[in-house]
Amino acid sequence: MTDPILEFENVDIRYRTEKGNDVYAVNDASFSIDRHDYFGLVGESGCGKSTIADAIVGGLDSNGEVTSGTIRYKGEEIQDYSESEFNENVRWKEISVIPQSSMNSLDPVMKLSNQAVEMAKYHTDLTKTEAVDRLRELFEVVGLSESRIHDYPHQFSGGMQQRAIIAFALYLQPSLIIADEPTTALDVIMQDQIIDYINGLKDEWDISMLMITHDISVVFENCDSMAVMHGGQVAETGSVVDVYDRPRHPYAILLQNAFPDVRFPDRELAVIDGHPPQLRDEVDFCTFADRCPWAQPECREGAPDAQPVAGDDDHQAWCVRADEMEELAADHLEPNADEESILEGQE
Amino acid sequence: MSANDPVLELQSVDKHFQTTSSFVESVKERIFGEGPKLVRAVDDLDMTLEQNQVQGVIGESGCGKTTLLRTVMGLYDPSGGDIRFQGQSTSEFDKSDWKEFRRKVQIVFQDPFNSLDPKFSVRRTIAEPLEIHNIEYERSDIEEMLEKVGLTPASQYIQQFPNQLSGGEKQRVAIARALITDPEVILADEPSSMLDVSTQASILNLLNDLTTEFGVSMIYISHDLSTVSYVCDEINVMYLGRIVEKAETRKLLSDPKHPYTKALIQSIPIPDPHHERERATIGGEPGDPIDMPEGCRFKTRCPERMDVCDHEPLDVDPDGDGERTVACHLYYDHETTAGQVNEPAGEHTPETPT
Repeated sequence: MTDPILEFENVDIRYRTEKGNDVYAVNDASFSIDRHDYFGLVGESGCGKSTIADAIVGGLDSNGEVTSGTIRYKGEEIQDYSESEFNENVRWKEISVIPQSSMNSLDPVMKLSNQAVEMAKYHTDLTKTEAVDRLRELFEVVGLSESRIHDYPHQFSGGMQQRAIIAFALYLQPSLIIADEPTTALDVIMQDQIIDYINGLKDEWDISMLMITHDISVVFENCDSMAVMHGGQVAETGSVVDVYDRPRHPYAILLQNAFPDVRFPDRELAVIDGHPPQLRDEVDFCTFADRCPWAQPECREGAPDAQPVAGDDDHQAWCVRADEMEELAADHLEPNADEESILEGQE
Repeated sequence: MSANDPVLELQSVDKHFQTTSSFVESVKERIFGEGPKLVRAVDDLDMTLEQNQVQGVIGESGCGKTTLLRTVMGLYDPSGGDIRFQGQSTSEFDKSDWKEFRRKVQIVFQDPFNSLDPKFSVRRTIAEPLEIHNIEYERSDIEEMLEKVGLTPASQYIQQFPNQLSGGEKQRVAIARALITDPEVILADEPSSMLDVSTQASILNLLNDLTTEFGVSMIYISHDLSTVSYVCDEINVMYLGRIVEKAETRKLLSDPKHPYTKALIQSIPIPDPHHERERATIGGEPGDPIDMPEGCRFKTRCPERMDVCDHEPLDVDPDGDGERTVACHLYYDHETTAGQVNEPAGEHTPETPT
């Protein structure tokens, strides 16, 4: 096994508030991303996935703090880095970010070429011409016409801006890219193309990716391994094939069945009742317990520990009943065994 | 009106917008003798909504879906064509007809976070349409409706305000508000797209059950084919203001004909790591709705482009069973329909009536 590029070990992240009602946004989160892997992080709004992304590059809001646990990047602990250490050692050079609202993350009054020059000025010793040439090469990589590098962002459509952002994310040849909902604002066809570009990068650029999304189908199609989060806790991690074939956390099981699949329009979608807790107190229980059809008193008495799933490598579920899930959730695990995809037979 | 008449019929409905608003520009146009530039948001669109039917409309942003909905609602006057509700044309409506129309045609918006009045309790939100239409009601009617949309126990929800509700609960209140006046038609504008997956599923299931239970018809607009397929009986694929293909849901998904429909279906990610999906090969973005290409509007992105695509395609039924129409040159023999083929649709060439 190769060394992981990024490791989270029992990380707690808390946002302080003035009245003392701290928000316990991430609790005891552990996962690791292998070198050259695409890793998907899935969960609903407010589950802490973007907080995790922010913590990796030291971008938490000023009241946010990693209160315990370790974040290791290439073996080195980075959770206590200062602002300048992050700037010198991590941001852009090692880890770059494709942000959620990428349409708003380009400087609207600056030509794209000048934005590249500025980035080169702070992080490299390239000259102006070299910096612009480099952007020109990257425009070609992401499928933009190089004649447009002197345009302003508003001259680009949404999909083109997204590609420009990807070009900037690649600019300093990082080892890890964090893509936070990279395609949510785009139409289906454009989304598919951008994801395809992101996929293509893997072979040419030797990078790893942390892809954060609410769309489990994007993760299943494009990632190697994944984590499912619920209410600030990691529910399950493993390779996408293991999590798909043998989900062992109730949330991971139900989430898969709640997701519309265009192949089976007649299937009844699973409904997950209720909503996640507010996380205003110390989290010493399973945050899914209130929504879980299989919850027991035990689930509210302590936060669950990771249970390895027998027979799979690196596949863990944070559920006290993980061993029993195969039996308990039997109805949910094989919902479409006898259904036939209506897309079959299409060329 | 007999029992089998369609509830709502759109006959070659157009909605065009003028692009110039400034005085100087309109003077310039006069001098140079150009007509004003038009955004053809909805162009020559036909649709028939039968009783108890759910018609889906899908397309990318900017294809005119929302304009279509607003035109049907009467918020925009159509620039051409006719909208008939229960057999009567909306152009003949007087004030009381419009009021009756607005009772019978209700709308559910995309964004439940902004479509409820934050100062209205759930009770008042749902009672408001009844008061507007002078319908007598009792508290128990409202509670019953809340239970029907899955907000149980109703007595707990009825006094709450929107800020106390989650996104899914808000959307249920919006659906209850739409159903309380006993409408014939519900217009739904991406009602699940702002919600999380787990909640989205419950709203889709609810809409599915309600159309059966309340006997309402629905026009359901979305950009997401995978959710549309759970709710709709028929799907209309819209591209730059026109319907390019229409068929029964399963038929459209399992055997799409129009190259655009094919591309849309191929672009949907499949939640299954074992599935190898063939990706669509078309260019990423729809054209400009102001300077649209002559003839078929999809030709600039179409992988099957031919010379004849400079002519506007006819709506044809390639299976010959009346269950599908597709507007594409690939699916008919141009010699047999020679007299019907449209000339290139320039600004000044009148269209050949077909």
